[in-house]
Amino acid sequence: MKNTLSHIRELEAESIYVLREVAAQFQKPALLFSGGKDSIVVAHLAYKAFYPAKIPFPFLHIDTGHNFKETIDYRDMMVQKLGVNLIVGSVQESIDTGRVREETGYYASRNLLQTTTLLDTIEKHKFDCAIGGARRDEEKARAKERFFSHRDEFGQWDPKNQRPELWGLFNGHHHMGEHFRVFPISNWTEMDVWQYIFMEKIDMPSIYFTHERQVFFRDGQWLAAEECMTLKPTETVETRQVRCRTIGDISCTGLTLSKADCLEDIIEEIAATRVTERGSRADDKRSETAMEDRKVVGYF
Amino acid sequence: MDTKGYLHMDLLRFSTAGNVDDGKSTLIGRLLYDSKSIFEDQMEAVEQASRRTGSEDVNLALLTDGLRSEREQGITIDVAYRYFATPVRKFIIADTPGHIQYTRNMVTGASTTDLAIILIDARNGVSEQTLRHTYIASLLGIEQVTVCINKMDIVDFSQDVFENIKNDFLTITKNLNLKNVKFIPVSAKYGDNVVDKSENMPWYEGCTLLHHLETVVIDRNSTSGMRFPVQYVVRPISDKFHDFRGYAGRIVGGNVAKGDRVIALPSGIKSQITSIHLGEEEKETAQISESVVIQLADDIDISRGDILVAENAPQPNISNDIRLTICWLNQKPMSTITKYIIRHTSRECLGVVKAINHLMDINTLEKRENAETLKMNDIGSINLRTSVPLVFDHYSENRATGCLIFIDPDTFETVGAGIIE
Repeated sequence: MKNTLSHIRELEAESIYVLREVAAQFQKPALLFSGGKDSIVVAHLAYKAFYPAKIPFPFLHIDTGHNFKETIDYRDMMVQKLGVNLIVGSVQESIDTGRVREETGYYASRNLLQTTTLLDTIEKHKFDCAIGGARRDEEKARAKERFFSHRDEFGQWDPKNQRPELWGLFNGHHHMGEHFRVFPISNWTEMDVWQYIFMEKIDMPSIYFTHERQVFFRDGQWLAAEECMTLKPTETVETRQVRCRTIGDISCTGLTLSKADCLEDIIEEIAATRVTERGSRADDKRSETAMEDRKVVGYF
Repeated sequence: MDTKGYLHMDLLRFSTAGNVDDGKSTLIGRLLYDSKSIFEDQMEAVEQASRRTGSEDVNLALLTDGLRSEREQGITIDVAYRYFATPVRKFIIADTPGHIQYTRNMVTGASTTDLAIILIDARNGVSEQTLRHTYIASLLGIEQVTVCINKMDIVDFSQDVFENIKNDFLTITKNLNLKNVKFIPVSAKYGDNVVDKSENMPWYEGCTLLHHLETVVIDRNSTSGMRFPVQYVVRPISDKFHDFRGYAGRIVGGNVAKGDRVIALPSGIKSQITSIHLGEEEKETAQISESVVIQLADDIDISRGDILVAENAPQPNISNDIRLTICWLNQKPMSTITKYIIRHTSRECLGVVKAINHLMDINTLEKRENAETLKMNDIGSINLRTSVPLVFDHYSENRATGCLIFIDPDTFETVGAGIIE
């Protein structure tokens, strides 16, 4: 008999399998929830994996303090709807307590600072696993990532010494103080994520759809003119019809000029686009191996 | 964008293996590029990096070699996963290095794929490496082997060269039990027979590589009958689902339907499926690869590690003594005194290597007796004794219930990959 499961259902089944392995293999996992599309899909998959029981782990949000309001509203709505606990790690608090120093200048971003807050929060709550929404198609260092990715007691990733991952046999064994990052949607592409959101009729934060926003243009992309951004003298604020293709910290999230106001339009737009989604992320442009370098020290 | 069509496409996972110069990266680059799966910013980044490293041509290998050390050394070390789709099918490529010192990476990449692409340089013909890659594909139970005879442009697109290599390949691999082998003459560099049909080889009447990948029929179903390893027990603590007790898992053989009679192993207790769930949806049936929750008619003791099988299907083996082909993955050689952690489906137990039957020379496929240990990248046959009986099938009957891994009890690293003979 031919395999008749569609690719999207097969990816769904694989991700649900991975999420159940997490619940079975770890003492205290948490799901990293940013309110971005990838973590929304992971949360939806977790809901399906354990239904009719509740998701057996809390959500963890690393709050840079520079979030789009729509994302935070959405996060709070989801947490209430799913009946899960929310734990927030605050970058502002890490700055206030002197754990990290705020970057200054026009390109100041809290993106890098998140790593310290994330690792501190994992340590404080003794989480032994953090589930993330990273995908291998996003970036070349992520293409080498495992489903179950080991982190040493300093939270570091050793890309040259990763555990081999064969068949569907995941090895979550770890020593005290070490933890794992688990990526259930490793094998999904950006298109899969949107098609799945469409198929499953998942509600999305409004910021993914077209809206009017105060923006300015820098280094080939549109950025949100929010309070936390410092404009150069040559830069001017304009009002444009934009949407987010990917959501990160305000300081590194490029906005796309777009009139897409429904999921069908977004899918059309992605099918036609010739630039990767991380092409609009300033955090990846700092160097050729920016992602690998950040991941090594414990980034998402 | 045809959303309905997109959602109904199926998935093909395939692997490639190759060294620096045999055109593997060019071939993958060609597939990605001609199927419009490389984006402008990725291409720009590769062009910039190529220029910086002094390369005249755009080095498509930089698309797949993502780690700093790989880019510095110009080699593929780890398995990289690539994704592309055509209007017909979605593809996942497990791109692996080809050198013998990365056998473990090839085994890892091949463990999840349905089809293996074997690359042969038309100038060199069948080599040790060809045999090694083909052996690994057959060992890992890959149903489909596609042999791409590359660099046909350098041998004047000669049909004789192609036919000779084809015959050599069939001769040298005749003992490997390959089921479906397809030969395609290509030039990855110029694109002949990769995506578009070559005008330089009118004598070749077969299809292009991409067309083959799009249309090849993959039969993932095993001959073992229904197998459902229990991963997790779902017990909601709520008034609405007060008596709900469901077994969560992924079907790795056959199908299930409401009303089916099943046996829980290793206990042997029989029951009947009363409902099948995927999220809020209740299903009448479910097939191989689906992750579902199953409820049974009787309140019996089943937990993670147990396997549900159909009462009227072929029954699996239950034993503590298991003969395996193993690939050793770790720098620390295999030990016959260590009690390894053995992971088989969702069950874990301890295991000790009782005997090493032979070591395989994977360049010649000759067996060497009297081996004392297995070192990293070695493949051999061993006898394993486990602390509890395992419920298993032979790998050739079911890939999921016929495989296991060894975990080092001190470092917790995954150190061995076992295939049940």
